Amino acid sequence: MAYQFDFSSLSGYGDLLAKGAGLTVSLTVVGGLAGVAIGIAGAWARSRPVPVLAPVVAAYVEVIRNTPFLVQLFFLFFGLPALGIKLGEFQAAALAMVVNLGAYSTEIIRAGVQSIPRGQIEAAMSLAMTPLQIFRHVVLIPALKKIWPALSSQVVIVMLGSSVCSQIAAEELTFAANFIQSRNFRAFEVYFVVTALYLALSILLRWLLSRLGQALFERRRHG
Amino acid sequence: MPLVDLIGIHKSFGTNPVLRGIDLSVHEGQVVALIGRSGSGKSTLLRTINGLEHIDDGVISVDGEKIDARDTDLRALRLKVGMVFQQFNLFPHLTAAENVMLAPKVVKKAPQAELRALAVEMLEKVGLGDRLDHYPDQLSGGQQQRVAIARSLAMRPRVLLCDEVTSALDPELVAEVLAVVRKLADDGMTLIMVTHEMRFAREVCDQLVFMHQGRIHESGPPEQVFSAPQTEELRQFLGGIG
Repeated sequence: MAYQFDFSSLSGYGDLLAKGAGLTVSLTVVGGLAGVAIGIAGAWARSRPVPVLAPVVAAYVEVIRNTPFLVQLFFLFFGLPALGIKLGEFQAAALAMVVNLGAYSTEIIRAGVQSIPRGQIEAAMSLAMTPLQIFRHVVLIPALKKIWPALSSQVVIVMLGSSVCSQIAAEELTFAANFIQSRNFRAFEVYFVVTALYLALSILLRWLLSRLGQALFERRRHG
Repeated sequence: MPLVDLIGIHKSFGTNPVLRGIDLSVHEGQVVALIGRSGSGKSTLLRTINGLEHIDDGVISVDGEKIDARDTDLRALRLKVGMVFQQFNLFPHLTAAENVMLAPKVVKKAPQAELRALAVEMLEKVGLGDRLDHYPDQLSGGQQQRVAIARSLAMRPRVLLCDEVTSALDPELVAEVLAVVRKLADDGMTLIMVTHEMRFAREVCDQLVFMHQGRIHESGPPEQVFSAPQTEELRQFLGGIG
C-alpha cells in the first residue's frame, strides 16, 4: 500500500505560504536588528563597573537563557494582558524574539568585548577618550569581528525558533503549514515544502550575514 | 614653575606598597629617565602621571592641571599627557592614519579636513609618511611603535610618557624608535621615560632618576649618576647591567 505523493494538493496555497514566509522574514529582521542592538547595549553595561545596571542585565540574561522560548512567548501574549498590556500576535512574537536574541547576543558580544587586550583600552584612555567613545571606536568593531560567526548562528537559530510563534496564531510559515495540512491532510507534502523553504531562508540569511560581516570588517586595499 | 610636579605620591596594590612618597619635578623641555630594577615602581609611577593608576595619596600637577587621590575624571589631565606603551597597543582595525586621527576626531572634534593633514604631518614626523594606509599587522614592530608615537603626538600633549618603548622590539628595530625619541627630545618635547637603554639615557637625558623599593633613591644628571653613584644600590644596579 504505497503512499501516493501529490504535491499538486498544495496548489492554491502558494499565496498563504508566501505570506507566511514573509512574516517569518519580518519577524527575523525586527528580532535580529533590535536583538543585536540590545546585545550590544547589554555587553556595554556588563563591561562597566556600574553598581545597579550590570546585575540587572546579568539577571535578564540568566532568566531568558534558562527558560523555554515558548514559555517566554506565552508569558508575553497570554500573561501580560492580566497587567493590562495587550499585544497583538505579531507584536508579541516580535517582542519575544527581540528579548530572546537580546539575552543570547549580550553573552556572545560580551565574550568578544572581553577578548580585547587591556592595553588597547589603556591606550585609548591615555588619549583622553571617554568610556563610551572607547567602547564605540576601539572595542566594538574588533569584538564583533571575533564573535561574528557565533552571532550569525544565533540569529539563524532565532529565525528558526520563530516557528514556535505559530502557537499564538502569528501567521508565519509554520502557521501556514499547519493551516494547509489541516485542510488538505497532506502533511508530508506540506512539511516537505516548508522544510525546504526554511532551509532556503537559513542559507540566504547566513549568506547575507556573511556579506554584512565582510562589509563591516573588510579592509580597504592599498598599494 | 615645573611643567610636571609630583608631590608625596603613594600607591599600593592591596597591602603591597609600590610607591612610598615620590616627589619629582620636571621642567618644560626636560628629558627624564626612570631607571631601576623591575618591581622598583618606575612603570607604576609613570602610569600615575596620566591616571592609568589611581594614587592613594599625593598630588599630581601637569601644566596647572591638578589631581589628587579623590579625583575620578582624569581626562583633563590626559589631554596634557601623552603615553607610549611597551606593547604599542595600536587599534588593529584601523590604518596607521586612522589610529592617529581617531582621538583628535572624537575627543577634540577636529574638522574632517584637518584630520588627514594632521595624520600626514604626524606620520611624516616619525618617518612613516608612506605607510598611512597600512594596518598595524602589516607593519614591523618598530614601525608600529612609531605609529603609536605619532598617535600620541597628534593630541599635542605637553609631556610624553614612554614606558619601555623598545623592550618588545627585536634588537635591529630598536634604533629606529630611539632615533624618533631623540628627535622629539631635540625638538624640545618634555619626556619622561622608563628605559633599560642606558647608553641612550646617558646621551639624551637631562636627568636620571634611580628608583629603589618605591622611592627615588638617587637622581641627577647622567654623567654624575653614571660616573659617581652615591649609593651602594645604584652601584650594584649599574654594575649588574654593565
